[in-house]
Amino acid sequence: MGLINIKINGSSRSIDVDGDTPLLWVLRDNLGLTGTKFGCGIALCGACTVFVDDRPLRACSLPISALGESEVTTIEGVTGREAVAVQSAWVARDVPQCGYCQSGQVMSAIALLKEIRKPTDRDIDLALNGNLCRCATYVRIRAAIHDAARALEG
Amino acid sequence: MMRAPTLALAATALLATVSAGAQRMLGQTQTSDANAKSIALFREAGKVLQSPRCLNCHPGADRPTQTDRMEPHRPWVVRGIDGSGAPGLHCGACHHAANFDAARVPGNPGWRLAPASMGWQGRSLGAICVQIKDPARNGGRDMTALLHHVAQDSLVGWAWRPGGARTPAPGSQATFGALMRAWAESGAGCPPDKPE
Repeated sequence: MGLINIKINGSSRSIDVDGDTPLLWVLRDNLGLTGTKFGCGIALCGACTVFVDDRPLRACSLPISALGESEVTTIEGVTGREAVAVQSAWVARDVPQCGYCQSGQVMSAIALLKEIRKPTDRDIDLALNGNLCRCATYVRIRAAIHDAARALEG
Repeated sequence: MMRAPTLALAATALLATVSAGAQRMLGQTQTSDANAKSIALFREAGKVLQSPRCLNCHPGADRPTQTDRMEPHRPWVVRGIDGSGAPGLHCGACHHAANFDAARVPGNPGWRLAPASMGWQGRSLGAICVQIKDPARNGGRDMTALLHHVAQDSLVGWAWRPGGARTPAPGSQATFGALMRAWAESGAGCPPDKPE
């Protein structure tokens, strides 16, 4: 155990954890940021997707000791045009069913739109293949990402 | 008096002819032996090249495989433009600078797929041999650069430090590098392009 500093959602926090603790555990158990979900713990489901230095990353797959000076952004802190467009489209399309996977889906959708302004169905499928939804809301997710892309054009 | 020089000349010519033939035959044998030795060295190196640790990230198509059983990678990921995945789902979303056994995720700072031109799955060892020394397909490497790559590259070296329950590639990177160097120095011969 030892004090580790973490830059999270625009602020700095110090936490006393073992360096091998996955970032996901730190977010949920130490920082109380439970919007990021635990799904599988082995980087298969995407429920724990966050941004590290603006790139999507599965929080279960990174030990906190490997974070270094990088900045973490979770669903609670994500901002920007893409985030607003995606969240608005999600609400308008009423995308979630049970909702458990949705914070990960939203983070991956934002990441895709930052890289590809007008994604095709294939772009969406390839980017979100790693985000599983047991309710199978995939059709609404895809439609909402197209909506968000159109909103960003305007 | 005139026949002795003629015989002498004929004998010399015959000797020269015999000698040239013998030398040619000897040379062919040496060349054949050297090529056989070179091919044998590559077959040995092929035990590494065709191990799951290497083949998983040298797929024949766009999707990598994983585990010792070379199952399709889960989740479904693709090579992308530069081997680091599709926009929005880069390799780095899950694979980081080091193996993380708690999540069963392997890692290396250079984690990515081999280029499509270096796909090995589904190819014979002979085809891989020709491919691996072709700068048009191997990333522009001449033999010196190729030998340096196999002996020193950190991502290649990951194959012997895969972490978790993954079976490492046979031997060591140093042994593999030495094998490849011996193969190159013996003429870089290739096995025939047919299933081993």
